[in-house]
Amino acid sequence: MLVGEVKSIRELYGLDLIAPGHRACAGCGALVGVRQVLMASRRPLIVVSATSCLEVTSTPYPQTMWKVPWVHLLFENAATAASGIEAALKVLSRKYGRQEHYIIAFGGDGGTFDIGLQALSGALERGHRFLYVCYDNEAYMNTGIQRSGATPLGAATTTSPVGTKIVGKTQQKKDLLEIVAAHRIPYAATASPSHWKDLANKVRKAQSYDGPSFIHLIAPCTRGWYFDPSQTIKVARLAVETRYWPLYEVENGRYRITHPVPNPKPLEEFLKVQRRLSHLLLPENAEMLERLKAYVNERWERLQRLSVCFA
Amino acid sequence: MSSVETAILPGGIVSRPGSTADYKTGTWRVKRPVVDLNKCTGCLICWIYCPEPAILKREDGKIEFDYEHCKGCGICSEECPPKAISMVEE
Amino acid sequence: MSLLQPKMLRPMSTSEAIAYAVKQANVDVIAAYPITPQTIIVERLSEYVNNGELDAEYVAVESEHSAMSACVAASLTGARVFTSTASQGLALMHEVLYVASSLRCPIVMAIANRALSAPINIHCDHSDVMGSRDAGWVHIFVENGQQAYDRVFQAFRLAEDEDVLLPVGINLDGFFLSHAVEGIATISDSKAATFLPPRKAKYYVDSSMPMTFGAFALPDWYFEIKHQVAIAMEKVPKKLEEVEKLYYQMTGRIYGHVGAYKTEDAEVGLVCAGSAAGTAKYAVSRLREKGIKAGLLSIRLFRPFPVESILPHVKDMRALVVMDRAMSPGAPSAPIGQDIKTMLYDAGLRRNIPVVNFVYGLGGRDISAAEFEEIVTKVAKDVKARRRIQRGTIYWGLRS
Repeated sequence: MLVGEVKSIRELYGLDLIAPGHRACAGCGALVGVRQVLMASRRPLIVVSATSCLEVTSTPYPQTMWKVPWVHLLFENAATAASGIEAALKVLSRKYGRQEHYIIAFGGDGGTFDIGLQALSGALERGHRFLYVCYDNEAYMNTGIQRSGATPLGAATTTSPVGTKIVGKTQQKKDLLEIVAAHRIPYAATASPSHWKDLANKVRKAQSYDGPSFIHLIAPCTRGWYFDPSQTIKVARLAVETRYWPLYEVENGRYRITHPVPNPKPLEEFLKVQRRLSHLLLPENAEMLERLKAYVNERWERLQRLSVCFA
Repeated sequence: MSSVETAILPGGIVSRPGSTADYKTGTWRVKRPVVDLNKCTGCLICWIYCPEPAILKREDGKIEFDYEHCKGCGICSEECPPKAISMVEE
Repeated sequence: MSLLQPKMLRPMSTSEAIAYAVKQANVDVIAAYPITPQTIIVERLSEYVNNGELDAEYVAVESEHSAMSACVAASLTGARVFTSTASQGLALMHEVLYVASSLRCPIVMAIANRALSAPINIHCDHSDVMGSRDAGWVHIFVENGQQAYDRVFQAFRLAEDEDVLLPVGINLDGFFLSHAVEGIATISDSKAATFLPPRKAKYYVDSSMPMTFGAFALPDWYFEIKHQVAIAMEKVPKKLEEVEKLYYQMTGRIYGHVGAYKTEDAEVGLVCAGSAAGTAKYAVSRLREKGIKAGLLSIRLFRPFPVESILPHVKDMRALVVMDRAMSPGAPSAPIGQDIKTMLYDAGLRRNIPVVNFVYGLGGRDISAAEFEEIVTKVAKDVKARRRIQRGTIYWGLRS
């Protein structure tokens, strides 16, 4: 069931696993991405969430957005919770004939890059069969836009404000996918809700492996990135088209850019539509802009070289 | 034990899947999306990008809105290839 | 009972006895992280799993935080789950302990009680469990390997009762018990299976009933959901009694909420928990030989605090000596002292029964029968002379 390649939107219609009425902000990028992941997912499915915007907006007791079994324990342990469920269902199926399930764990960037990194690493190393999806809005949005290890260089957050002395975040974004790939898991990929088909097929591919898989999903945040709610998908698409968010996969160690961007738009196009980053276009921040551009370019070139290596 | 206590399942389990639908987020809306059915091709691009989801496919393959839940973000209007969706003030 | 014929005793350390019982309990998932002095428990369990003697998943997690997280998640699927830790490990689990009880997960955990850093120390005291005593777990203290073995079966039966659904901690003193070998009377696998059939959860994570576990509750509901733990806790003393009765019918062994020795006519009661009970018992018998009317109460069920089971023993006593193997810096008493005093206050006995609260044995410092005798003799003399009993917390055994 739901194993082949997704070719058209129509194949996904009717496969929603969430209900409306959740309390996410209008135009929430995370919800678009999560919805797409779920529609593409194999079933039966169990979902695990880390404490995050997704978790609080989707389960306002006594209601729930989820149409699948859903478990939330804490902030930093979504990967471990998935481990526990996977192990339990494995043994219960062996001993008592319980049905096994696919498992997807969702964590935000804070819950994945920072506080949950150890739990994620442990779960990947142990080799549990589950898909971890990090929806990355590049800051702690649930607590009010504080910088995380995923926040890009120069971005303004409430704990990396644009001050008169220090301008935004002074460090580059952590390259999480490379850390994940270093665990030599069968499948790891980036994705964007703007490229829904690429995303859906990555979910299908990830779930075809008998082991851990990982998808790093860009999740534009209207509140934290400061853009109009109608622009969510446009911003996500610009991230891809400027090579800020390369769409690629690491399948059994083989790198492949899944959406080549031969003629990238200038990074400025992505920056200028978001107030968290638009100050990088000011002349006094030119050096910071260059550093960010260098990061983006070096990463793209490295990926391209790796893709060629494995082609 | 009071009726409140018996009404709560152990650990506060929520037993009604998809029950947020009871909550009408449509009241959040400032602008409402309106579809021009003459232009709508039924491509469902709006639907795939809806965060709620608050877009439904009609029998004829074209789309309609679930105004009880649509928050009026306007992504559908931005992304509609034939520009069939306009946002109008509530 | 003929059950205690020497030929039926198997020499095992308390840790091995626990692991053996966990195997016989046919657990489904074990998620654990090694820490001294708990290691023997998880080593034996790993052997059972890897040798095919126990059909379970051993999740070798990367921290105790993850150990308890995996246990909670596994338990929510309806599995029977066991873990074990000590000291820093329990402290690292701290936030997950509350999730375990509030999501009503009947996990059983053996805690090889050990001191908390700093300074780092691997030996016994009760600081670890006392730091977690408000996390909504049932806590049982054992005094020897036999109790530890028997309590494993009882703990699962109690925890998995639909009216309880609370996690249970079995506390065994690090090294003093964990590494001490004694003859253990075991039950047969078939008896174990009869006493503890596979867990039948009413609600569990499965697509056949897609439910949401661990929702976000605001001030309108949080209080009622949290209150469930208190309601369940109230049912524990009665339920444990029932469980013990069944276990007694099978084995002839019963322990109760408290272990009482010579309390009937005692004037001075000695209260303690864990392995010190054995030493204290010997001290009480020696005191009796000297004509001092001492009695012993060993706290076996610590959470919920078994007020109804303790009061009948102490109501006519003239003083209580409460021995705590943990501090509660800045508090009016050490942990067990606080509970005993609250109990006496509520029973209207606060004037009748003065309490002397001692903190002893931190970081594994031993306490001897002679020391117990010295403490009780002094209090007994004060009682006899109608002198005011010293109040407050006394730190016993510090070098001067």
